Amino acid sequence: MLVFSLRSLWNRRFVAGLTVLAISLSVALILGVERLRDGARDSFANSASGIDLIVAPRGNPVQILMATVFGVGGTGTGMTWDSFEWLEDRPEVAWAVPIQMGDNHRGYPVIGTDASYFEHFRHSGGQPLTLAAGTILTGDGADAAVVGAEVAARFDYAPGALIVNAHGSGEVSFELHDDAPFTISGVLEPTGTAVDRMVFVTLEGFDALHAEEDAPAADPLDPAAMPTDDHDGHDDHGEHEGTEAKHSHEPDRINAVYVGLIDRTNVLGLQRAVNERPSDALSAVLPAVALAELWGITGTAERAMQLMAWAVALAGMIGMVVMLSATLDTRRREFAILRSVGATPNRIVALIVAEAAILTAAGLILGLVLLTAATFVIDPILSARFGLRSGLNVFGMRELATLFLIFWAGLFASLIPAVRVYRMTLADGLSVRL
Amino acid sequence: MRALHVENLTFNWPGSENATLRIPNLSLAQGERNFLFGPSGCGKSTLLSAIAGVVDVSPGAILVANNDIGALNGGARDRFRVDHIGMIFQVFNLIPWLSALENVLLPCRFSKRRLARAGEDPAGAARHLLGELGLSDTSLVSKPASELSVGQQQRVAAARALIGKPDLILADEPTSALDEAAKAAFVDLLARECAEAGSALLFVSHDRSLEHHFDRSVDFLALNGGAA
Repeated sequence: MLVFSLRSLWNRRFVAGLTVLAISLSVALILGVERLRDGARDSFANSASGIDLIVAPRGNPVQILMATVFGVGGTGTGMTWDSFEWLEDRPEVAWAVPIQMGDNHRGYPVIGTDASYFEHFRHSGGQPLTLAAGTILTGDGADAAVVGAEVAARFDYAPGALIVNAHGSGEVSFELHDDAPFTISGVLEPTGTAVDRMVFVTLEGFDALHAEEDAPAADPLDPAAMPTDDHDGHDDHGEHEGTEAKHSHEPDRINAVYVGLIDRTNVLGLQRAVNERPSDALSAVLPAVALAELWGITGTAERAMQLMAWAVALAGMIGMVVMLSATLDTRRREFAILRSVGATPNRIVALIVAEAAILTAAGLILGLVLLTAATFVIDPILSARFGLRSGLNVFGMRELATLFLIFWAGLFASLIPAVRVYRMTLADGLSVRL
Repeated sequence: MRALHVENLTFNWPGSENATLRIPNLSLAQGERNFLFGPSGCGKSTLLSAIAGVVDVSPGAILVANNDIGALNGGARDRFRVDHIGMIFQVFNLIPWLSALENVLLPCRFSKRRLARAGEDPAGAARHLLGELGLSDTSLVSKPASELSVGQQQRVAAARALIGKPDLILADEPTSALDEAAKAAFVDLLARECAEAGSALLFVSHDRSLEHHFDRSVDFLALNGGAA
C-alpha cells in the first residue's frame, strides 16, 4: 500500500514537493524556536554560573544582571570602593570581583576588572576561563587588555595588538579614547557565553582612560577626587586608605561586584545586609532569581513566536488537505479502476491516509534537515551578535513529542479528504465517466 | 456451472419510479461469448454494474459462477468481483502512473485467487498475455500507461481483465474509442484470449457490426422486458 501511495505521489511530485516543503518549514520553525529559546536560556544560565550574588548600585535586578553579566545596557551611578571593601571583608564572602563598565570597543562591551575575575568566573556548568594565547591581566601593566574569543576572531586580534576604546555602549561612538590605547595581552578560548564578546582591561587602565580625558576639569592635586566620566555624585572615599596592599589600584567608584560565598546558604542573609547598608544605595541580585524574572518578561514574546510557528504548521497541514482534496476529482477514475480490480472503499481511504502519512513524514525529515542546515549557518551569527548558541542538540523528548504530534495531526487532517473519497467511491461505483 | 445466471432481476435507481432493469432471464455458460446490443442510455451499463456487484440487488437475482451477488455484503462483493470478474471499460481503463505491466498485474495484487490462477510467475503470465495481444515490446510494457495510445491502452485493459483466468469478463463498449480496423482486431483478440482462458464474455455495445465475433447475440431492449 505504501509503495502504491509513493508511486501515486511521485506522479504528482511537484505539488507533493511543495506540500512537503510547507510542512518541513513549519517543523523547522517550531523546533527552531524551541531550540533558540533553550539555547538562549542555557547560554544565559551558563554565563551566570559560579556567581552567588551580584552587588550593584540600587536598580532593577534584571537590568543589573543584563548589564553586568551580558554587557547589555548599564547600571546606575557607581558604588563606592568602600562598599567593595566592606563586602570583601564580610565573613561569609569567599571572593569578590570588582567590575567597571560603560565603555565599548567597536561595539563590544569593555569591562574594567582585575585578575580575580579570571580566577573566579565560571561558565557552562563550572568551567573556568582559559587563555587561547597570551597572559591574563596580572603584571602586564595598566594598559593590558584581554579580549574574548569572538572579539579576537572578528577583528583578527592577537597579543601585542593596540586597541582604542570608545565611551558609551553603542556601536557607533564619536567619543573615542584614542589618547589612551590598550595593548592586548591575552585572548580567551571561546566559551559560548557573553564573555566571548567582551574586552577586559585593568581597573587602573579603565580609570586612566577617563582620568586623562577629564584631567583638565579635575583638581590635579587631588588624584583621588578624579571623577570617572560615567559617575558623578558622591564623593565619600574617606576610609579606604588602610587597605592599599590588597589591590594594586583602587578606583574611586565601580559599577558592580561579583560575589562568591563560602557557604551558599548564607546568600539571603548577605543580600539583606547589602540592601540595608546605610552609606550606599545598593542592590544584591541573585542571578538565578533575576534570570527567572527575565524569562517571565520574555515569556510573552516566546509564546507569540511559538504560536506563529504552530500557525505555520497549521497552514502546512491545510495545504496538504487542499492538495489531497483538490486532486480527488481528477482521481475519481483512478479510484473506480481500483475498485473494479477489487479494492474496497476502505482500501482507497487507506491509500489517501497513506499518502498523507508519507507527505507528513517527508515533511518532518526535511524539516529536521533544514533546521540542521540553518543551525550551521545561523549559529556563528547568533554567537557573534548575542553570544548564544542554539546548538546541534541531541533530540530531546519534547522535540520527539512535537514531531509525533505533527505526524498525528497530518494523519488526522487527511481524514477530511479520506471521508470525501469514501463517499465518492461508494457513489461512483465503477462508472467511469468523464 | 454457469458463468452467469440472471433471473427475475429488477432494479431501479434510488428515487426513480420506473425500474431501470427488469430482466426475467439471462444466462451465460462457461466460456460462452455473448454480444449484448442496444442503444445508449437504455440501462446496459447499469446491468453490468449490477452483475459486478456495485449496486444493491435482491438476493437470488444474480449468480456469478454460482455465487449469489445479492447475498454478499459490500466488502465481500469487492473481493468477489476481483476473484471472478474481469472488467474492461470504454476508455481510461488504466492507472496512468503505473506501467502497462503493473496495470495488468493489479487484480493479482488484490485477489489471491487471481494470483494463484495466474501461475507461478504472474509477471511472466502478464507478459505472455500482452504479447498475445500484440504488445510484446518490452520498452512499451514498462512505459507508464499514460504514454500509450488508446488502442494500446485498451489491449492492456483486456490483458488485465484476462489475467488469472476469471470466470466472467464484462466489457462495456471497449471499442468505442477505436477506429474500424482496430475494433475488429481488438474483438478478435479478446474473443480468442477468452477462449484460451476459459472465461465467459459479456460484451456490451451499440455497434452491431461486431456481432459475428460472438456465439450468441442478445437485444437488450427485448431482454429488458417491461422496462421503459
